[in-house]
Amino acid sequence: MAYSEKVMEHYTNPRNVGTLNKDSKSVGTGLVGAPECGDVMRLQIEVDDNNVITDAKFKTFGCGSAIASSSLATEWLKGKTVDEALAIDNMDIVEELALPPVKIHCSVLAEDAIKSAINDYRVKNGMEPIELAKSHH
Amino acid sequence: MLPYFTSKFGNAASRNHAFGWVAEEGVDYAREQVAKLIGCTEKEIIFTSGATEADNLGIKGVYEMYQDKGNHIITATTEHKAVLDTCKHLEKLGAKVTYLKVKEDGLIDLQELEAAMTPETILVTIMYGNNEIGVVQPIKEISAIAHKFGALFMTDATQAVGKIPVNVNADGIDLMAFSAHKMYGPKGVGVLYVRRKNPRVKVTAQIDGGGHERGMRSGTLNVPGIVGLGKACELCRLEMESEATRLSALRDKLEKSLSELEESYVNGNTQHRLPHVSNISFKYVEGEGLMMAMKDLAVSSGSACTSASLEPSYVLKSLGLSDDLAHSSIRFGLGRFTTEEEIDYAIENTKKAVLHLRDLSPLWEMFKDGVDLSKIEWAEH
Repeated sequence: MAYSEKVMEHYTNPRNVGTLNKDSKSVGTGLVGAPECGDVMRLQIEVDDNNVITDAKFKTFGCGSAIASSSLATEWLKGKTVDEALAIDNMDIVEELALPPVKIHCSVLAEDAIKSAINDYRVKNGMEPIELAKSHH
Repeated sequence: MLPYFTSKFGNAASRNHAFGWVAEEGVDYAREQVAKLIGCTEKEIIFTSGATEADNLGIKGVYEMYQDKGNHIITATTEHKAVLDTCKHLEKLGAKVTYLKVKEDGLIDLQELEAAMTPETILVTIMYGNNEIGVVQPIKEISAIAHKFGALFMTDATQAVGKIPVNVNADGIDLMAFSAHKMYGPKGVGVLYVRRKNPRVKVTAQIDGGGHERGMRSGTLNVPGIVGLGKACELCRLEMESEATRLSALRDKLEKSLSELEESYVNGNTQHRLPHVSNISFKYVEGEGLMMAMKDLAVSSGSACTSASLEPSYVLKSLGLSDDLAHSSIRFGLGRFTTEEEIDYAIENTKKAVLHLRDLSPLWEMFKDGVDLSKIEWAEH
C-alpha cells in the first residue's frame, strides 16, 4: 500500500501542530479515540467574538492517514465560522487525501474531533452541545 | 537454478529418458544438501510448495494417520497462522486442540505443557523460532515431554533453519517444516522433514495423484525451486556460524542505540532468540505512522493499522503486551545482505522518526506533563 502524496505531505510538513490553552473560554478542545485502538486525535480551536475560528491546532497518535486527516481538518477550520465547521464531512477528507477504504475510519475520527472541539467550546460558553454521531470503532 | 528452467527442463519423475534423469539428479543433489543442513537422511525429506503446505501436511497428515491413537493436539498461541488455522480447521473435524499461552517473554511454560499432555495427545507442534519477536523455544525439553507421553513432536522451523544450528536428532524432532525463501532461496518451495527411524513416522498425504515423495505428497516437483533450495541450504550451512555472530552484533547495536530513546521496550526474551530479529515498541507513537516516516527502511509493525483486519499483532498480545504498545511496535529483520552502514542509517532514521512523531503525539505531551493516561476516560472504548 503506497501512501498518497498528499498524506505524505501532511506527515513531512504537518500544518498547525501544537497546543492551545485548554482552560481559555475561547478555546474548544476535542479529544477522541483511544490508545488501545491505535488512534487518538486532539484537535483544538480558538474562536473569536464573531464565532469565527481564528486558530486551530492538532496532535495525533496514529497512522499516516490519521495524522493527515487531522492536519487537513485544522487547515480547513481556520477562517470558518463554527457553523461552517460543523458542515465538514468525513468524505470531504477522504476525497482530498485519496484515502483507501481501509482508512476511511481515520477521516471519521477527524470529523468526530472537530465536533468534539466545537462542543467543548459551546458547553464552556453556556450553549447546548450538539449530538455527536455514534462511536465508530 | 536457471538451467533447470531451460536446457534441463525435464520432469524429475520421468524415469525413462535423459531429460528426466538430469532433472532427477538435480533434485537428488538438493536432497543431500538439505539433509546435511538439518542432520537427517535424504529419504526423510518431502518437498512441498512452502512451509505453509508443510505445516498443513504435517499436522493434518499426523492427525489422520494416528486417529486410532488419539485426537488431541497441543500447540501455542504464538504460532504462525499456517499452524493455527490448520489446527482450527481440524477442530471443526473433531480434533481437540490446546493452545498453550506463553510467558511474558514469549517462552512456553514447560510445566504447563506437561500438565496439558493426555493419553489422547498425538502431536505437540511448537515453532522453533518466532517470526515476529525472534524468541527460540526450549525445543529439546519440549520434545522430551512430548515423547515421554507418547506423542510426536513437530516444529515449524522456518525462521531457524539455516540461521542457527538445527539438528533433528539432537533436538528430538519428528516432523519439521521450513521454506526456501526465508533462507535466501526462491519462493514456492519448502520441506517437510518426516522421521523414518526411532520412531518411523508416517503422514497421510493431503495431495493425492501418483504417489510422489514416497506417497506422502503427489505432484510434479518444482525442480528449479528445489535446486535453489538445496543451494541455499548449502550456503547457509557454510556461513551459519559467522553470519550468526555478525547478525547478532548488528542487531545488538541496533537495539542498544534505539533503547537510548525514552520509553522504548524490546519485546521477547533477549537471551533465547534468533540472531536476526528485533521487535521494539516505541511508546506514544503508532507503528504505521513510524513506518511511513522510515520509508527507506523495509520493516513491519504489529500495529492494527497495518493489518487488513485492523487487529493488533496476536503474537504481541500473547506476550501480554497492552494494545497501545502493540500498536507502537516495529519489527526489524536483518539478513545476509545487511551492512553496518545500513544499521547506522536505520538507527539514525528511526530515532528521527520517533522524535518527530512524538512532537505530533498528544499522548507523549500528556506523558511529559505528568498526566496519568490510565486514568483518562477515552471517547472510544
